[in-house]
Amino acid sequence: MTVQLNINGEESELAVWPNETLLAALRRYGYVEVKSGCEKGDCGACAVLVDGAAIDSCITLAGTMTGRTVTTVAGLSAPEELHPIHQAYIECGASQCGYCTPGFVIATQSLLDEISNPNDEDIRVGLSGNLCRCTGYVKIFDAVKQSAATLNQD
Amino acid sequence: MYPNFELVVPTTLSDALAELSGDTNTVTPMAGGTNLMIDMRAGLTSPEKIVSLSSVADFGQIAHRDGRVEIGGRTTISDILYANDMRVLAPSLHESAKVFAGQMVRNTATVAGNVCSGSPAADTVPPLLTLDAVLTLSSTSGEREVPLSDFYTGYKQDVRKSDELISKIHWKELPDNTANSFYKLGLRKGDAITIVGVAVLLTINGGVCQKARIAFNSVAPVVKRAIGAEAILAGQTLSVELIDKAAQHAVSESSPIDDLRASATYRRHCTGVLVRRLLNQAWQAIAK
Repeated sequence: MTVQLNINGEESELAVWPNETLLAALRRYGYVEVKSGCEKGDCGACAVLVDGAAIDSCITLAGTMTGRTVTTVAGLSAPEELHPIHQAYIECGASQCGYCTPGFVIATQSLLDEISNPNDEDIRVGLSGNLCRCTGYVKIFDAVKQSAATLNQD
Repeated sequence: MYPNFELVVPTTLSDALAELSGDTNTVTPMAGGTNLMIDMRAGLTSPEKIVSLSSVADFGQIAHRDGRVEIGGRTTISDILYANDMRVLAPSLHESAKVFAGQMVRNTATVAGNVCSGSPAADTVPPLLTLDAVLTLSSTSGEREVPLSDFYTGYKQDVRKSDELISKIHWKELPDNTANSFYKLGLRKGDAITIVGVAVLLTINGGVCQKARIAFNSVAPVVKRAIGAEAILAGQTLSVELIDKAAQHAVSESSPIDDLRASATYRRHCTGVLVRRLLNQAWQAIAK
């Protein structure tokens, strides 16, 4: 089946199987910044924004995406540029091996769209679907707060 | 990995209902899909046709009018979490949305889907039971109203026919002097399946309990109300002793099992503790 959707600002047409996940389709079309982790909606590595809300692309059928706007971690900013959330994750050292980072960045964007100045509890709830197995979450919390501060300034 | 199936993505409710009618044994509706996708991948179910509800227009609205609160068939858990007035209109449901799975699942999963999954651990169901929620079931032959307390008939069994969808869930707005809450005991705060969940609702006037609702998940084959415990409280002047008695009775209405998350003994203990705690907190909140 064919789906027409907007991916990272570009109108796109994907040929997908009815039982293909959005994660598999995106990676097959070259959006390999979307990571495959648990593939059952637990770890959040595969998170993308669909119409602005973070979802697990591993448990979403690609065939349901007609008319949607999908944003991957690479689509938050123009190519070669960094989004304030990217910048904050770098400056706060909120990434070790980096595999979970695309999902965390997407979840951060989704959270900040709902709550522009989140407290610790809001961040805990907003990032509850993302797992990092390298380290704790302290620097990730720092990055969310710095992202909020930068975005609220602009 | 995933079974082969036909996928249809209707854009209106009537088209979705038409797709579900006919040879319904092999057709499955998919709301958020956060359970169905996992079950298919694990080989637990293999439908021949999936009717996705993801693009059905005007199917997720939250409305509050004429003393009733209504959510749509595709209202997501996050819609409940971030709707400003849900804290007041359904405090227990709002609380359950906060501890339901993880954020990405909440953005996708629907309340109606959680109800239909029939899981004994479904977190939105105890809150909805305390709110006396009513389900509107729609099919090509019309609509019918089913109180949620009459919906389940056994483990993962309910009265929904295979050509029906939950198109609305609605409840009466809470009267004055009412407290309503939910507590989920899990191994973690996020991304965890409930060990014991308890929701309570109390309406108290002049120290007398006018109405009591107690419901729990993950401690019986179905999510259910502790009707005997409710009856102990209703019409009585509340006291610490009476609440203790109701909590003890609620434990006798549970029938938990041992599983990888907790033992039945631990679940029974925590059921008593949580029912007592939530009832006392509700009583104190209204007394203030």
